Amino acid sequence: MTDASDDDGHNVGATGDADDFNGTTEAPDADSSRHADALSAIPSRDSTVADSTGTDAHAGSKPVRPDGGNVGVDSPFEVVSSVEETPLDRVRKAYDSYVRAPFFIVWTDWRARIGFTIVFTYLLMGIVGPHVIDPTEVGEAGALAKPFQNWEYPLGTDNMGRDLFSQVVFSTTEILKMVASGALATVGVGTFVGAVAGYKGGWVDTVLSSITDIFINLPGLPTVMVLALLLPIGGNPYVIGVLLSIAAWGGLARAIRSQMLTLRGESFVEASRAMGIPSRDIIFKEIVPHLMPFVVINLTNAARRVIFSAVGLYYLGILPFENLNWGITLNLAYGSGAHYRPGALHWFLVPMVAIVVFSVGLILLGQSLDRVFNPRVRARHEKRSEGVDGDGEDEAELTGEQMVGGV
Amino acid sequence: MVNIDWRLRRVGQTVFTAWAVITLSFVIVRMMPGNPMGAMIQQLEQRGMDPVRARQLVELRLSVDPTKPIPAAYVEYMVNMAQGNLGRSVYYQESVVDVIAQALPWTLFVLSWATFISFFIGISVGALMAYWEGGKLDVGLTSWAILMGSIPFYVLAIMLLIFMAYRWGWFPTGGRRATGVPPGLTWPYISGVIHHAALPILSMIVASGVASLGMRGNAIRVLGEDYLRVARLRGLSDVTISTQYVARNAILPMYTTLLIGIGEMFGGSIVLEQVFQYRGIGWYMLSATYQRDYPLMMGGFVVITLAVVIALLLADLTYGYLDPRARGQEHETY
Repeated sequence: MTDASDDDGHNVGATGDADDFNGTTEAPDADSSRHADALSAIPSRDSTVADSTGTDAHAGSKPVRPDGGNVGVDSPFEVVSSVEETPLDRVRKAYDSYVRAPFFIVWTDWRARIGFTIVFTYLLMGIVGPHVIDPTEVGEAGALAKPFQNWEYPLGTDNMGRDLFSQVVFSTTEILKMVASGALATVGVGTFVGAVAGYKGGWVDTVLSSITDIFINLPGLPTVMVLALLLPIGGNPYVIGVLLSIAAWGGLARAIRSQMLTLRGESFVEASRAMGIPSRDIIFKEIVPHLMPFVVINLTNAARRVIFSAVGLYYLGILPFENLNWGITLNLAYGSGAHYRPGALHWFLVPMVAIVVFSVGLILLGQSLDRVFNPRVRARHEKRSEGVDGDGEDEAELTGEQMVGGV
Repeated sequence: MVNIDWRLRRVGQTVFTAWAVITLSFVIVRMMPGNPMGAMIQQLEQRGMDPVRARQLVELRLSVDPTKPIPAAYVEYMVNMAQGNLGRSVYYQESVVDVIAQALPWTLFVLSWATFISFFIGISVGALMAYWEGGKLDVGLTSWAILMGSIPFYVLAIMLLIFMAYRWGWFPTGGRRATGVPPGLTWPYISGVIHHAALPILSMIVASGVASLGMRGNAIRVLGEDYLRVARLRGLSDVTISTQYVARNAILPMYTTLLIGIGEMFGGSIVLEQVFQYRGIGWYMLSATYQRDYPLMMGGFVVITLAVVIALLLADLTYGYLDPRARGQEHETY
């Protein structure tokens, strides 16, 4: 049953795409003749309908449609695509709607450009960086060397002569691992619990909402602190990411639940239920896709949260670790008195700037993703020949802020 | 279930949450691998103490009897909790309740002022931004708020500490009251307290500048509503419209954001108090963690959680009065 609706979506898309394709390769005349050909195949159905009703004299020349109207043969609704969809087309289509369109939409906004560049840079730094840059070691250079003085250690060194730039690069990998597992766990659990609670209602809702409330009430940092201390988690960044999500998913679950409460009353949900589609499919194939923009934007928020709390806990020196990261750099700096020692300010500033820039990038990325999912912005992109129109800015700004304020 | 008063249900929910949290703390203490009890016994045995004696000591301090079966130990733990007995701190050689009781007011002092001031600033700045929407001030403040929102409060706290306390010497570098001044309702004492709390409060206020963005969005949304046009057509004064119509409706969602923020702030107080060496509950909990003082650590955890639960309850109950629409609603079951 769900397949039916799914297929429907596919066909509409396919037709549109094929038309597009024709438009670019063939002359319009050829196109319309094809339409006429295609139409000649159709009337059989219409004429039988007309015969059975048998009311109109000119039924032969102008077929009466099943709904009683007699829209002319030019109706675009009667056109069937005459071009088979090849695998290449499918790839092309997927590329168009998932890569090219989002990219161009995002690229029209300067904030989005900055956000994407920042996040991409961090990804590059975290993935490629450790293979290019040498790990630092104690006594590599003089203690507390100033930044921007020597290209051997561009961001200066700490009190044991370790290169801070190398520390930042190697930390990025660790942080990215935590962010990946933490953000996915937060958003996954939050969406699942919120969606099920909101849709099912009744005792399921009561139970799930109570659990959600408990987790919302748990103060994040102390909980994670106690658990990190008592559980044998080791220094694995993925596990730490999941641990950090424990205190974070509740808020998202509650938000998703309230969105679900409004969506569950929509007529398409009622139709799905009337068709006997199992709840599982209604929730995750019909309704949750509607919430995807919200979910994806929350992914960037969750990522930010994971970074903040991970660095905070490492700064406190509570989490076990294997490699240096920003929080541990801060911890070492505070521990050796860099806050009152003259000439050690850069030791704090380097990890701090790394955190803040990444976080700005994630906020901007979240706002630009909001644009990608906004159907009005999307439609404008499809219409637009080329060139930026100014009034898209305000809109994105508004929705972006609602996002920030709401979380 | 449908006919129960929503307030009663909300209170019931709170009691349930409190019970769940305390049970969780019991599970952590008694049943988890590497639990504090086992760790403490090990600690004492390593110092050459007789195992039986070690067990007795641990029992006294954690108020959990390690030899009893889990259900019996659970009941005993709950009874102890209900009587306000959180065990004895190993490090301070005092009952945990006493340690926490003298620390909690300081944390509440900082947090309540930080919450109050940032809420106030958020609302007024957000309203101004909405009023001059699209103007230079709006754009500037929006960017500023986004930048501030992307700085973790502890980073800001460290920067404030470095510059305002160590470099420029405007504020004390740590502690919670002036040394050598006897406590009492005298101006030197009170001003010392405010002086010491200023930086922690300031760092929380600046970091929560995001609130103004929320307020701005709400106010802009309310400004577009039809009932405002009607209000203008009815000839209501601008003051009435802005306070009774716009402000009231725009602040409501802010209130919820604020409530959710309470828990976060309590958690954040651990880092904040560490940075400023401010001896509140967070500082004690953290030092207990360093010293493996499990009774104090668990006590701090339970008290912080209960404080958050109670704060959220109070806030929810008052929210019902602010917004009648929020008083419990029922949904059809699918």
